[in-house]
Amino acid sequence: MVINMEEFEPKIVGFLCNWCSYAGADLAGTSRIQYPPNIRVIKVMCSGSVDSVYIMRALLEGADGVFIGGCHPGDCHYLDGNYKARRKSVLLKSILDTIGLEKERVWIRWVSASEGQKFADTIKEMTEEIKKLGPNPISKHWNI
Amino acid sequence: MGNKSDKIGAVAVIGGGITGIQSSLDLAEMGFKVYLIEKTPAIGGIMAKLDKTFPTNDCSMCILSPKLVDCGRHENIEIITNSEVQAIEGEPGDLIVKVLKKPRYVDLELCTSCGDCTEACPISLPTEFDHGLSERKAIYKYYPQAIPNAFIIDKEGDGEHKGCVDCGKCVKVCKAGAINHDEKPENLKLNVGAVIIATGAQPFDPIIKPEFGYKKYDNVLTSLEFERILSPSGPFKGKIVRPSDQKKPKKIAWVQCVGSRDKSIGNEYCSAMCCMYTAKEAIIAKEHDSNIHPTIFYIDVRSFGKDFDKYIHQAKKEHKIRYVRSRLSEIFEDKKTKNLIVRYEDESGDLKEEIFDMVVLSIGLCTTNARKTFLDKMDLKRNEFDFVEVNPQSPVTVSRPGVFIAGSFIEPKDIPESVMQASAAASKVAELLRHSRGTLVKERKFPAEKNVSEQKPRTGVFVCDCGINIGGYIDVPNVVKFAQSLDNVVFAEEYIYTCSQDTQKKIAETIKKYNLNRLVVAACTPRTHEPVFKRILKEAGLNPHLFEMVNIREQCSWVHMTDKTKATEKAKTLIAMSVAKARLLNPLSDMEVDVTQKALVIGGGVSGMTAALSIADQGYKVFIVEKESSLGGKLRYISYSLEHPDIKKYLADTKEKVLNHKLITTFTDSKLKIIEGFVGNFKTIIETPKGEKEINHGVTIVTVGTQEYVPKSYHYGKDSRVITQRELEKKLGLAKPEEIQNGETYVMIQCVESRDNDRPFCSRTCCIQALKNAIKLKDINPRAEVFIIYRDMMTYGFKERFYKEAREKGIMFLQYDENRKPEVLIDNNMIVKFYEPLMQELLEIPTDYLILSTGLKPSLDNEKIAKMLKVPLNSDGFFLEAHVKLRPVDFSTEGIFVAGTCHSPKFISESISQAFAAASRAGVLLSKDKYKIEANVSLILEDLCRGCGTCVELCPYNAIELKEIDNLGHKMTVATVNSALCKGCGTCSAACLNGAISHLGFTDGQVLAMIDVYSNKGG
Ligand code: FES
Repeated sequence: MVINMEEFEPKIVGFLCNWCSYAGADLAGTSRIQYPPNIRVIKVMCSGSVDSVYIMRALLEGADGVFIGGCHPGDCHYLDGNYKARRKSVLLKSILDTIGLEKERVWIRWVSASEGQKFADTIKEMTEEIKKLGPNPISKHWNI
Repeated sequence: MGNKSDKIGAVAVIGGGITGIQSSLDLAEMGFKVYLIEKTPAIGGIMAKLDKTFPTNDCSMCILSPKLVDCGRHENIEIITNSEVQAIEGEPGDLIVKVLKKPRYVDLELCTSCGDCTEACPISLPTEFDHGLSERKAIYKYYPQAIPNAFIIDKEGDGEHKGCVDCGKCVKVCKAGAINHDEKPENLKLNVGAVIIATGAQPFDPIIKPEFGYKKYDNVLTSLEFERILSPSGPFKGKIVRPSDQKKPKKIAWVQCVGSRDKSIGNEYCSAMCCMYTAKEAIIAKEHDSNIHPTIFYIDVRSFGKDFDKYIHQAKKEHKIRYVRSRLSEIFEDKKTKNLIVRYEDESGDLKEEIFDMVVLSIGLCTTNARKTFLDKMDLKRNEFDFVEVNPQSPVTVSRPGVFIAGSFIEPKDIPESVMQASAAASKVAELLRHSRGTLVKERKFPAEKNVSEQKPRTGVFVCDCGINIGGYIDVPNVVKFAQSLDNVVFAEEYIYTCSQDTQKKIAETIKKYNLNRLVVAACTPRTHEPVFKRILKEAGLNPHLFEMVNIREQCSWVHMTDKTKATEKAKTLIAMSVAKARLLNPLSDMEVDVTQKALVIGGGVSGMTAALSIADQGYKVFIVEKESSLGGKLRYISYSLEHPDIKKYLADTKEKVLNHKLITTFTDSKLKIIEGFVGNFKTIIETPKGEKEINHGVTIVTVGTQEYVPKSYHYGKDSRVITQRELEKKLGLAKPEEIQNGETYVMIQCVESRDNDRPFCSRTCCIQALKNAIKLKDINPRAEVFIIYRDMMTYGFKERFYKEAREKGIMFLQYDENRKPEVLIDNNMIVKFYEPLMQELLEIPTDYLILSTGLKPSLDNEKIAKMLKVPLNSDGFFLEAHVKLRPVDFSTEGIFVAGTCHSPKFISESISQAFAAASRAGVLLSKDKYKIEANVSLILEDLCRGCGTCVELCPYNAIELKEIDNLGHKMTVATVNSALCKGCGTCSAACLNGAISHLGFTDGQVLAMIDVYSNKGG
């Protein structure tokens, strides 16, 4: 199959922590800041509660990217869940390469409740980056 | 004290800033009805305008908005906005508060906050919230996160700009029918038992100081305006630009003490927080844009609070912020470039000029004529600064019984101190109205829950148009049709407003008619509306956790307004994901644990005694454990005080009250041996001289105080002429002061072995202690020459007046440079030798006595107690509260509180305030016989658990332990979660390699189901 890059619309699964990033995404809404419709948000209590299995499952099942949004360092509602999330994502990314996935497909970013603009900008940037990477190569294998 | 029926179980809180919010939340939680009265259209106060908060650089809105929402949805709090108090009449316990409520012209119940009216409105005005740096319409929302979350019409305008012209366009577009242009002002009479005034202070208006050029030059701003510029939701979306040309400034100057410490305008006090927020603004500005070079013009840097000194150190060393000690004389503008020329006198008295792109005036807080009139009208005494006069031994009590005060209304102060006083005032109210607690609050009764666990999922999907806010950008009928096709969905329908009263009724009917057992609402954000729908479930006899909300407004229609097809596709997927999750939802029970309505106070100093008395006066039993043989702590060593007229009598009276109180048991000469348990259920063993004693209690308060620091330098201990401030105080306090009074010269050195690498914190109290002793010396021996050699005089707030008094009495103040510590040469004579940066001279002062201000150090007990209670200490060894700004007396472990100097060095009045605050926070828990536990806790699946202990390590709340169980004769170790301590973050379940932990409400199964729907098929 020939993939027409122009038409490729990446699927991004987003995990946003309830306290900061989800609120930041809401503020992007109330401020009517436009960004690409490629992300589907799953609300979690804390970025630290995002199990690496969730990320792997999304990628294996065909998502083209995974976004994790947490509070800024020091701001986590549960003290340091965001640090734990960062540590986990570093480990996870290190194995993505070995299974033939670009580690740039997994993004972890800090977005506060007043950073609506930053949320929108980040999602826009991520969507563009993933478009450049092209569709998730692994999902094809699994479709066989 | 009266009978149950005597006093009114309601409270009026005047002022909806962070102080009023905290008082309201405490009182409402204790079981009082609260009227929260606010002048502007929304609560939040100054804190809502701030970008970040020092010293943690927390995002202000992130930490404030949960409190706003809590207030907004609390059943016992009635928020009355746009209103002013006219009079308070009656007796304590039975007061009438007369309130003038101005019309909002928008019905709070009906307004869905969609914003269509603003779009339609033709009138523009400057935004108050952004200090005129942006525009708004005549119908507007006060700020994006405002609570109440509703619009308001400005009919008056602001003098220069006219307001609403009654064109009626908003009425036409408001599908909710929420607008009523004919609304009239109302006069309310609220019957309450007590009043808390927390109206804050007024940010200084620098227009009164024409030399700063404020409002004359475009690029001269106030610090509050600069906060709005920094804020990502502010006028320039967080970009730092000059108002004159929207260009990025490179050189920004901050000018401190604008409107403070200024005799010419009669504000001879320090505003106590400007030094810190200035450093913060400079740091944040640099973080936003590394090309910015901040310069701070200052007189003293008053970094007296907890962890403040480290923050200033960071500002200077890491962020390379330039500090210039100086006095500013004038600011001019270069007409062409709009740059600003700052003319100042530097440390050595030379006049200098420097050009900046932008100048920020660090304004203080002040009183106003309106406030003065208010105080007079309310029959409250004013102090010399025209702020309200308070009793230093009960810092939230004023001359009028039944009325309490808190926050900057009393004296300029920062957020944590305001929050402390807010709780302190609440505890005083709780004492006064203790017999009326719970008389005016209503608990909603809900029908018994249906058991649906055996039923197949029957899901109902309700999709909201939100007028045109969703319907205009998403093809809702198409979405509804799609929803109907999903598995287990037995009902799906479109509504113009799902949150309106009549739709709520319809949803309840639909649940019955279709026998629904899962509910999915696709509308706006769950952050504001989830509670509304959960209540419908409860009313319909369903477990409220059988609910999922899909955010298709904030996170779909509003952010994809130009692509209806894709927005519609996204909405469909989001709904399919939530339906998939809903299918796997289980009813969760809100668990409860019993609360032992007794308190344990560790430490019997002024904080411990105050907390104990307040809790006992609220009606609960208290135990005090004191390791020494008598109560009083460090207060026993204080002979006299500048603020407290008769401190010895105060101590004696307080001790007597404690010892005679029926509800207080004191154990002196006693120590904690074991403390175990959790919120509501602690069990403690105390070693007393009469043997061990076991007590049960529901809350624990830590008030173990501090220790005096004993200096090693300056020949201390080797030469009897070298003494500490406390030793001097003791000698001067004797009825017949010893020979010490006969000296000719006294030199006091401040910050001895303190504020340096080894003890990098300010002890806050030593400057005042030095002033107090110096003044006393002068009073006894007017001919004595007294020198105070200092780094920064930390005479913050109204304490500035003692600095002034000392100068007037002829006490001499000389500075030294922190990098060139004074030296002391001793043979027969004693000479203090140091470099004075103001005079730029090396000085030598021969002296008879050398007095060292050495400050405090954390008590040796801190570590032991911290370990026993599993609560943290900061890097200096003081107890670390749950949140520096908003939870200043709570620990992150529920049910344990802190007050007094073991939290950080502080003055007597401040310890008293904090102790009252701890009493209030404790009172919130003690007022209930059951404590509600979060439903979204973690649960261990013992069959899968291998007892590896990873989760035990990771849990931020020490809520997980390993225990041994018997599994069919095999002993095995598994983890177990104490639900009373778990806060439901889900960290443990994410880390468990065996999938043995289920994060209720967010189980792996549920999240994976959502992921699969989208990754596999969803568009
Ligand atoms: S709560 Fe936001 S990252 Fe932990």
